[in-house]
Amino acid sequence: MRIVVASGKGGTGKTTVATSLARVAAERDRVRFLDCDVEAPNAALFLHPVLDSHREVGIRVPRVDADACTYCGRCAEVCQFNAIAVVGQKTLVFDDLCHGCGSCTWNCPEQAISEQLAVTGVIDSGQTAEGIAFAQGVMNVGQTMGVPILRELKQWTAAPPPVGHDLRGRALEIRDAPPGASCPVVETMRGADFVLLVTEPTPFGLHDLKQVVAIARELGLPAGVVINRDGIGDDAVAAYCAESDLPILLRIPMERRIAEAIASGQPLVEAEPRYRPEFQTLLEHIVAGVNA
Amino acid sequence: MKQLVILSGKGGTGKTSVTAAFAHLASQGPFADRILLADADVDAANLELVLQPRRLDTRPFSGGQVAVIDADICMTCGDCESVCRFDAIAEMDGRFVVDPIACDGCAACVYQCPAEGIHMEEQTVGEVAVSESRYGPLHHAHLYPGQENSGKLVTQVKERARQQALDESRQLVLVDGPPGIGCPVIAAVSGADLALLVTEPTVSGIHDLRRALQTVQHFGVPALVCINKADVYPKGAQDIEADCLANGINAIGQIPFDLSIASAMVAGEAVTAYRPDAPASLALTALWERVVTCLIAPDATPDT
Repeated sequence: MRIVVASGKGGTGKTTVATSLARVAAERDRVRFLDCDVEAPNAALFLHPVLDSHREVGIRVPRVDADACTYCGRCAEVCQFNAIAVVGQKTLVFDDLCHGCGSCTWNCPEQAISEQLAVTGVIDSGQTAEGIAFAQGVMNVGQTMGVPILRELKQWTAAPPPVGHDLRGRALEIRDAPPGASCPVVETMRGADFVLLVTEPTPFGLHDLKQVVAIARELGLPAGVVINRDGIGDDAVAAYCAESDLPILLRIPMERRIAEAIASGQPLVEAEPRYRPEFQTLLEHIVAGVNA
Repeated sequence: MKQLVILSGKGGTGKTSVTAAFAHLASQGPFADRILLADADVDAANLELVLQPRRLDTRPFSGGQVAVIDADICMTCGDCESVCRFDAIAEMDGRFVVDPIACDGCAACVYQCPAEGIHMEEQTVGEVAVSESRYGPLHHAHLYPGQENSGKLVTQVKERARQQALDESRQLVLVDGPPGIGCPVIAAVSGADLALLVTEPTVSGIHDLRRALQTVQHFGVPALVCINKADVYPKGAQDIEADCLANGINAIGQIPFDLSIASAMVAGEAVTAYRPDAPASLALTALWERVVTCLIAPDATPDT
């Protein structure tokens, strides 16, 4: 079962909720955690995995064999992104504009184009002390497209557990989504079974929550809401949830103690163990809902 | 004309609240009637919520093309599905259909289709708007949920803002940036004279600030840092200031944790206008003066 933790607005507590949910789930289930916020991945700061594997990822960009090229210009004609151009007796490739779609490769009448990996980021993976299989995508600074990294991340398969390892429990995947409501959020949600939306009860939280609810609905995914920093702002989020048939599954109050613990890098359920049963209930509620 | 962009790396550190406060403060001082605002966070555009401006003009934004399969021509050979690297084409009930959200617009399928049964269609992916706020014109946009934020919409918002600023001889364009470090951030940073990074003293805030600073420096834009909610975790705030000092970045001040910021958001006002004497407002007023100093004389070191 795959659970996505998303929010719309940044800084509402996605990583706080996702990491605590993973910690509680790992007590009984086999958990795989994917940090899908490739621009600002932070879950490792809370789960402390030993990241012993690193794989460079990116997109396949064209390389033109100058001896075979006849400068016919077909590649430039089919490229929708102006990433390849024929100027006189030269075919130029602009890696930064290339989307790696392969169209130029297939359409070259001389088969003069091959492809090579242009690295845009890395997939780091490993395990936490609690046995959570962990992977994160990290986009390189100066790069523009996170989605290809995200696609690779979703394909990541953890090393099989050692022989004799306890294989009981359910297989759960928790994905920590990026903020916003554009492409990378869709890619994070694609193929998931449930979307847990973390928001704060403010006009900004509500406005951006509506954007991600629209994506979840478009993809036909069931969703529920966690209200974080409950007590600040107003009641508009709760009213919206009621009229939109979105269950509020957990409320975490605005408490300075919680804010301080999270600031220092402690998972919520570790800093405040009273939340462990709350997260257990949250998890069982999600699993039961999806299986129903 | 100067362009100041507000960024953070991590989301939710207070970019928009700082931008709104600066807009209010600018309208009180030497920049009165000479500023212009741009909201570059197009998939979570919130500046409008706090400024509650009057909408003057809204127009559709075409963000690119998507493939469309003509079911009457399709021979269901599946070549389109096999060339698509974005998993945007799938067989459903014996027919091949394009998922417009997954489609990257590359047209690889168009060229592979042996029956010439696929064409590209322009797609409206959002809208771009200009409004009149109490502190000056606001250029903003709304990317429809799930669309690709390639930075083109951000670039258009900024270009429209810049054009109006030039036409009306406005001195300052205040840009509220998006979180992260990718395309929209690069589009927001491009052409800026100064970036102010709003961070918070949390392990996540510090981690993402470093990446945001590297991005801003990669594009050669001078950066200042301010620490919001600084008193929540004083050790984190000290670490950020030490980090900035070691890297030659000017940390120009702190904003204390203050619930007035959330109350101001609910009231639809800049916190400095809503409660001028609140601790956050006093800190923001001092910060704004330092930012102005840096904008006017880029090499000056403000008195912190």
